[in-house]
Parts: sequence; C-alpha cells; structure tokens
Amino acid sequence: MLKIENLHAQIEDKSILKGLNLEVKAGEIHAIMGPNGAGKSTLASVIAGKEEYEVTSGLIELNGEDINELAPEERAHAGVFLSFQYPVEIPGVTVTNFVKTSINESRKAQGLEDMPAKEMLQKIREKSELLEIDRKFLSRSLNEGFSGGEKKRNEIFQMAMLEPKLAILDETDSGLDIDALRIVANGVNKLKSKDNAVIVITHYQRLLNYITPDFVHVLHDGKIVKTGDASLALELEAKGYDWIKEEVNS
Amino acid sequence: MELKDKLISSYVAFENGVNINSDVHEIRSKALQNFEDLGFPTKKLEAWKYTSLNSVLKEDYSIFPKAEKAIELADVKEYFIDDIDTFKIVFIDGKYSSFLSDTTHDNMDVCLLSSALTKPKYKAVIENYFNKIAKQDNLTSLNTAFANEGAYIYIPKNVEVEKPIQIVNFTTGAENATMLQPRNLIVAERNSHVQIIERHQSLTDNAALTNAVTEIFVDTHANVDYYKIQNDNINASLVDNTYVEQQKEGICSVHTFSFGGNITRNNLNFYQKGEYIDSILKGITIIEGKQHVDHHTLVHHIEPNCESHQDYKGIYGDRSTGVFNGKVVVEKEAQKTNAYQQNNNVLISDKATINAKPQLEIFADDVKCSHGCTIGQLDDQALFYMQQRGIPKKEANALLMYAFANTVLESVKIPEVKKRITNIIADKLGVDIGFDL
Repeated sequence: MLKIENLHAQIEDKSILKGLNLEVKAGEIHAIMGPNGAGKSTLASVIAGKEEYEVTSGLIELNGEDINELAPEERAHAGVFLSFQYPVEIPGVTVTNFVKTSINESRKAQGLEDMPAKEMLQKIREKSELLEIDRKFLSRSLNEGFSGGEKKRNEIFQMAMLEPKLAILDETDSGLDIDALRIVANGVNKLKSKDNAVIVITHYQRLLNYITPDFVHVLHDGKIVKTGDASLALELEAKGYDWIKEEVNS
Repeated sequence: MELKDKLISSYVAFENGVNINSDVHEIRSKALQNFEDLGFPTKKLEAWKYTSLNSVLKEDYSIFPKAEKAIELADVKEYFIDDIDTFKIVFIDGKYSSFLSDTTHDNMDVCLLSSALTKPKYKAVIENYFNKIAKQDNLTSLNTAFANEGAYIYIPKNVEVEKPIQIVNFTTGAENATMLQPRNLIVAERNSHVQIIERHQSLTDNAALTNAVTEIFVDTHANVDYYKIQNDNINASLVDNTYVEQQKEGICSVHTFSFGGNITRNNLNFYQKGEYIDSILKGITIIEGKQHVDHHTLVHHIEPNCESHQDYKGIYGDRSTGVFNGKVVVEKEAQKTNAYQQNNNVLISDKATINAKPQLEIFADDVKCSHGCTIGQLDDQALFYMQQRGIPKKEANALLMYAFANTVLESVKIPEVKKRITNIIADKLGVDIGFDL
C-alpha cells in the first residue's frame, strides 16, 4: 500500500527526514515511536502533502503510484487520511456540514454524484454511535471550543466517515483520558480491515494496549533505526529511548 | 466643464420638470446653494481621507437621462429576487418603469416619490418626513437639490407587509456616462413591519455614478429590515446616503452586501429618538481588482436603554481597498446603552489595504460599549486541514471565507435573499460548492 524509500525532507533548509524507509501493506498496523524531535509528525505531514515541507530526495508511493507531486486533497482522494495532533478550529462550519463537504468533494474527484442525503444521515448516525458522539455535538462549529478529547474523537469520526485506505494517527492518544482512549481505539479497530492500513504515531506505548501493531518502528534523527513486533513498544516503555540512541551511535 | 459647474448650470433645466412653487422646491433650492458652497468632498475632509472621488468625477456624465429605454424582463430577471412574490419599484436610467414594477396603494403606499411630492393626499407625510433627517452635507445636499424620483413607501400603523419590496435602479448605458440621484422615502408607522431589498445595477460597462439618499422613519414598535445588494459592474460607482430615525421600541436592521462596483461609499446613519430601540448594522464586503468600498456608519444613542449591533466583515483581494469608519455617540442621557461593534477583515493579497477606524464618543457613565477590530489573513493550517479532508484548495479557501462572513448572513431574515447572497459569494470565489452551513 505505502512504500517509502530513502526519503529526505526539510523545512526552511532544516533537514528533518534523512533517508527514511518504510513499507506498509494492506491489512497491517504499524506503530512509529520515537523521542521528541525525531521527525514523527514531519513524516505524517510529508505523507499527507503539507506544502511547507520539501522532499529533497527519495520516493513515496501509494499503491504503486508516486504521490510526491500530488496536492494534499489529491492524496486524500487517493485514500490518505491524517488524524491531526492538533485539529484546527473552523468557526462557522458545523461538523456535519464539514463532513458532508469533505465526502462530496472526494466523490466529485472520483466522478461520483453527491451522496444522497438519506444515506449521508444514516452513515453519520451509525459512525457517531460507534464513537459515542452526542448528536448535538455534530451541529457545533468544527473543533471550536472542543476539549482535547472531543477533538480527537471528532478526528476518528471523520476517519470513519471517509473510510480511508491509509490512516495515519498522529499522537491521537495525547489529551485523551482512559475512557476516550478506549472509545477511539475501539473505533479504529472496528474500521480496520484486510484492505486498509493504519500507521499509529505515538510517543507512549499506552494506545498500543488497545490497538495492537503488527510492526513497531523506532524513528530517531530522521531515520527508522529499529523495527520489531509489539513487544518492542513494551521494551521502549520500560527502558526509554536512550539505549536506542546509544545503539545507533555505537 | 467640471461636474460641479455642469450640475449647477443644469438646475434651471431641472426646474422645468418640477413644481417650483412648492415647499419641497424651497428645500431643493437651499440644498443647491449648500452644494454650491461645499462642492464635492475631497480627501482633505476627515470623513473622506481614504476615499477619493476624483477619478469618478472626471467623467462627462449625462445628468438628465433620456426617456425610458425599453429593457426586456428576460435580460434583467437575474437582478431581481424572483423566486418569491414581491412588490417592485423599478427605475431605468432614473425613470420609473411601470412595466417592470409591481406597486400598490392597497392599505399602504408602495409607489413613486415623484407622485408623492406633487399629489395633495401625500402632502402631510411629505411635510412631516421629507428631508427631515438627511444631513446637510455636500453629497446629500446635491441629491436633495435634484430630489424628484425614487421609491416612496408608506406603511400605516399595525400593517405587516406580507411580501418584501424590491427597489431596483437600472442604468442602461445608453449614454457614455450616466449620473443618477435616486431619492427614497420610507415611513413605517407605529407597530408596522416591512422588508425592503435595494439594488443598483448597470447593464453595461459604461460609467455610472449614483448618489442616492434614503430616509427611513421607524415609528414606535415598528420593524424595518433593509437589505442592500451592491454587486455592480466595474465602472459603476455608488455613494449611498441612508438615514434612519427610530422611535421608542422600534427595530431596524440594515444589511449591506458590497461585492462589486468601482468606488462604493456607504454613509449609514442611525438616530435613536426613544427608549428600548434596537439598531442593527451589518455588512459583508468581498472585493478584488482595484475596487474600493468605504463603510461610514454612525449610531447616535440619544435616549436610555437602547441597543446597537454592528458587525462588518471584509475580504479584500488583489489591490482592492476598504475603509470601515464606525462611529458610536452615546449622549449623556443615554444611560444603559448597549452598543456593540465588530469589524473583522481578511486581506488575501499583499497589495490589498484596509483602513479601519472605530470611533466611540461616550458621554454617559452607565453603558456597555464594546468594539473589536481585526485584520488578518486566512489560516494556512486550516487550509491544509481542509485539503487533507479532500476539499480542494480553492473550495477550502471559499469555505473559510464563507464561514468568516457567516455571522452576518445568519441574521438575514428572507431565505431567498440569503440564498442569493450565498450564490453571489460562491460565484465571486469561483467555486461550485454546496454551501449549506
């Protein structure tokens, strides 16, 4: 599904990703862990196509297609979804209408008609129940005045509505209490299938108690320096990141 | 010949067409003298510091448009709110078009100022209201000097007008340059209710200058909602002078949608002459190119326990320029006043300019007056967020701007007007998006 080879990326001449390799196949869950400043969020932004980041060399392929020149919305239409670490507040646009616009713009890009209103409502009802979202919440302005937990739950709600092929969850666990964490993880697990893939970016192992990764990667100084299975996350939780740094430096 | 001289020397010809032995004509003649003394406003005047009419005044305007040029309804249908039943008062090059209009004298008067100024049955109303609140400033005086035609709307007490009234002024472009001076008088008696939609529209790119004056009287517990749609051609300039007087418990809202034209200047003045009055002034400005829109508002709080709400949003592209000058005066007697003013601007180009000036003069000590003014750019983070959710950049931009302006649209009470404004915004932003927020 996703293939990244020798990826170098920079922002304002500061090089952040320095030869990153990653392959994610359909049906897999990958966790990317690492200390602050390792480049985790940059990786998420670069995959999603944020313009401030410049890819200086390397390859990003989605289902065999080079997506490096695609605009963020084209990547979204191709099935990339990024759950933001800090979802943006958009006053004046309700959650429901934002999601509607989002879905219909994606359909338009695929040459489809707008989703019929009835179908849309049905889907909104179903997915909001899955994420235990109060219906009133959907008529509020997007993320405006939402608590940290509400914002994250709203991100996963949008993911559920859009049904992406590749979902990247950037620090989705930060700001969540244990109940919200369980609801969000449950949502992600329910949406998971053999046809899609998830990349979980996290600093802590906590979320991985609920979403079990097939692979755990450690990102350090712009490169993946270690890959293991779920047990690697536990080891990192227990021992921190310093031993990895030492291992890399030696 | 300079436009000023041309206007003054045309006055004798104008007098041929009106009754010069009337009180109204005495008012006109005084106003002409006033204009002769004052001349056109220049940037030396504080109120015109950021708006220059020089380029507009250079045109060789035809002051007395020829007889009505026929226009087909099909050609101008788009400028009407035509999906609901309305009364219509329509002028073509300043002359009344009975063919396009739909007036009434049934339980109210929705008709022409020219007949109200001359027929005896309107004498009392004219004596009581005509030119009673219009300022004696240069451009208002100029309009008063030539005041003869426009909309006359009189709503007797307790009458709720069941459908909106549209006032539409077309300029055909039959002349190379046309100057129009429509004069409207609107009186809503005690406990009445009326909704009015006003539009000035040039049908060609020939130059047009409109210097309009509207006086609105809102009696005790009456309610007037006024919508101004300004989306004119690139060579059409407009100076809109609107004066509102409200009596006890009267409510009046004026929404000004400024989307186009060359130079647009709105002088909107509210005078509160009783207690428990609510004045609502709202506007959305979206312009580009070298367009210029200037909003000068005044709310004069004279009596206690009144409110005013101002909310102006502006989006400026290219080299366009905007002005917002919002003046609120609270007299010493006007205790418990609640005056709110908000002016938010987005510059989407480095070359666009906005001059914003809130002006509060408060002489009472027990009042709530708030004002907020912001100038910013569209949020890049929000754009990326929306793009990530599959909304293309152009549409995402449009959605952000639409959301930005939405606080003003929310208070539009006629759904068809709201829909029309939404469509104009979508059209201006070049998007086809199902706005339904």
